Amino acid sequence: MRGTDIRTPVSTIYGDFTQKHAERWKLQVEALQKKFAGAIEEVRWPGTYPTEVPIIYVAKESIVDVLRELKEGADFQYDFLADITATDEEIEPRFEVVYNLSSFSSDSRIRVKARACDGEDVPTATSLWKGANWAEREVFDMFGVKFRGHPDLRRILMDERWQGYPLRKDYPLRGYQLFPDTQPIHTELLKD
Amino acid sequence: METQKPHSEFGLPASENYTITVDVPGHENDPDDLWKDSRVFVNIGPTHPAMHGALRMCARLNGETIEKSYCEFGYTHRAKEKLGENRTYHNFIVYTDRLNYCSALTNNVTYAMAVERLMGIQVPDRAVWIRMICTEMARVIDHLICVGVNALDLGAFSFFLYGFHQREEAYTLIEKICGARLTTSYTRIGGLMADAPAGWEKEVKDWVVRTRKTVQEMDKLLTNNRIWCDRTQGVGVFTKEQCMAYSYTGPNARAAGINRDLRRDDPTMFYKQVEFDVPVGKNGDVFDRYMVRMNEIYQSLNIIAQCADKMRPGAIWVEDKRVRIPEKDVVHNTMEGLIHHFKFFMQGFDVPAGEAYTAFEATNGELAFYIVSKGGPRAHRMRIRGPSVWHYQGLSEMTEGLKIADMVAALGSINIIAGELDR
Repeated sequence: MRGTDIRTPVSTIYGDFTQKHAERWKLQVEALQKKFAGAIEEVRWPGTYPTEVPIIYVAKESIVDVLRELKEGADFQYDFLADITATDEEIEPRFEVVYNLSSFSSDSRIRVKARACDGEDVPTATSLWKGANWAEREVFDMFGVKFRGHPDLRRILMDERWQGYPLRKDYPLRGYQLFPDTQPIHTELLKD
Repeated sequence: METQKPHSEFGLPASENYTITVDVPGHENDPDDLWKDSRVFVNIGPTHPAMHGALRMCARLNGETIEKSYCEFGYTHRAKEKLGENRTYHNFIVYTDRLNYCSALTNNVTYAMAVERLMGIQVPDRAVWIRMICTEMARVIDHLICVGVNALDLGAFSFFLYGFHQREEAYTLIEKICGARLTTSYTRIGGLMADAPAGWEKEVKDWVVRTRKTVQEMDKLLTNNRIWCDRTQGVGVFTKEQCMAYSYTGPNARAAGINRDLRRDDPTMFYKQVEFDVPVGKNGDVFDRYMVRMNEIYQSLNIIAQCADKMRPGAIWVEDKRVRIPEKDVVHNTMEGLIHHFKFFMQGFDVPAGEAYTAFEATNGELAFYIVSKGGPRAHRMRIRGPSVWHYQGLSEMTEGLKIADMVAALGSINIIAGELDR
């Protein structure tokens, strides 16, 4: 039988991603650790932790600087924001905001995470990618993690009058919140 | 904020407290302002035939021109990600159909790949070839719908029906392998629901020949049509830089000149073993998106023909006790088989702790499942990265300064699928 864990190197039909980029990631993480000595909290490597790309844990205050370096630095060029999401770990610091980045020039990927306690806010990445806007709104909508400096932090999937944050682990699975009418037009958003 | 006159001055019944307040932005000296302060706020959608599902756009109009707008969605939100955390990995397969319902098979395959990657499973060759045919067939169907409906929105009805006929035939082929037409639920973790029937490859190849001919006819019908060109060229332009800022992927990004296709750049399955080109546009307007999609249909048809040639008889299931669903005669005739069957469906199989972001070039772009497992039969986090969310986000910027009718063209060309958008 084949390996039962993604730590075990298996030549799968899903590509030899982890082996292909191992050297590159090593150099890049070393460069990051040198530049942001205090900000890099932890690095989890594919060989020792069950993941397919390195996970870089960054102190949330420096997340924008690290993301900017990853996006614009000559050695990194992770210029494509693949996804922003979060996970609820249930113990403080409860939330991990996850940034999945991708590089078009080297076809490489990397994952950056920032930990936040309940009620704390994380700096927004909208200054780097305009597309981060809705992804961060969704994290706020689903987890209640606020993003500092976000231009328009409203709920996105749920109704704006909704109470509670559905993707938190302690959120009940059943329940109703009914609203008699649709959301009004926000005319203040339509001004120049 | 200005307070307009009460209705009584216009001959309407007077009411003491009844005044209309309208936010009027100051545009005193605007030559385009047909009537002074004529800006109106309009809801386009959420339920409107041109809005492709329950999408809402709130716009400030000057005459017919959209000056500023913002988009809303979530009207068909079904809590897919929450369901992913509360259903077993096997149970979640049916929910993936309802993401991009125009290409349900691609979602099935990507989800199965994501879980198999976490478990270190490699499915047999025949299953991979069938999966590749499925994803490419879904791509053809989805593109036919997208270009067809886009043209339909602009008034070209027969073009749409040409494509729709081939789409129905493709659904008949899909029905032959899994019994369903739209919501397929065809893949299983570690294999497929059922093998393709004998002679299916040949039918697929015949379909490829017929579809290629139809698409050539469609090409002749519309591509050089004067009205179509006037309505689409230079409309809804989204440049390369804007595409990068808004994380555009797939045909929409390639139309703007971003040469990126995960099938070629980060190949999964057996995409290394088939030959295909990646069509790339230049201008990033509605016409280029249309051309990229039409060319991708040809490429996908080529891939399908190659896969059908390379497909050999063989197993469709990985022989891994964790994920292999026992055969029905074993279930009905042996006690162990029955127990295995119940354990599988009632309890589910455990996926080792770990996390992986598995992306695949779906029809609209990068479809990814970011699954965090902490062991056990349910995921800790099931994140679905649907390309439509990112595409829809750029619509406001794309349509600034366009007429409403051109906004409909732009919306149709980026192929927003509400199921994938709202999840």
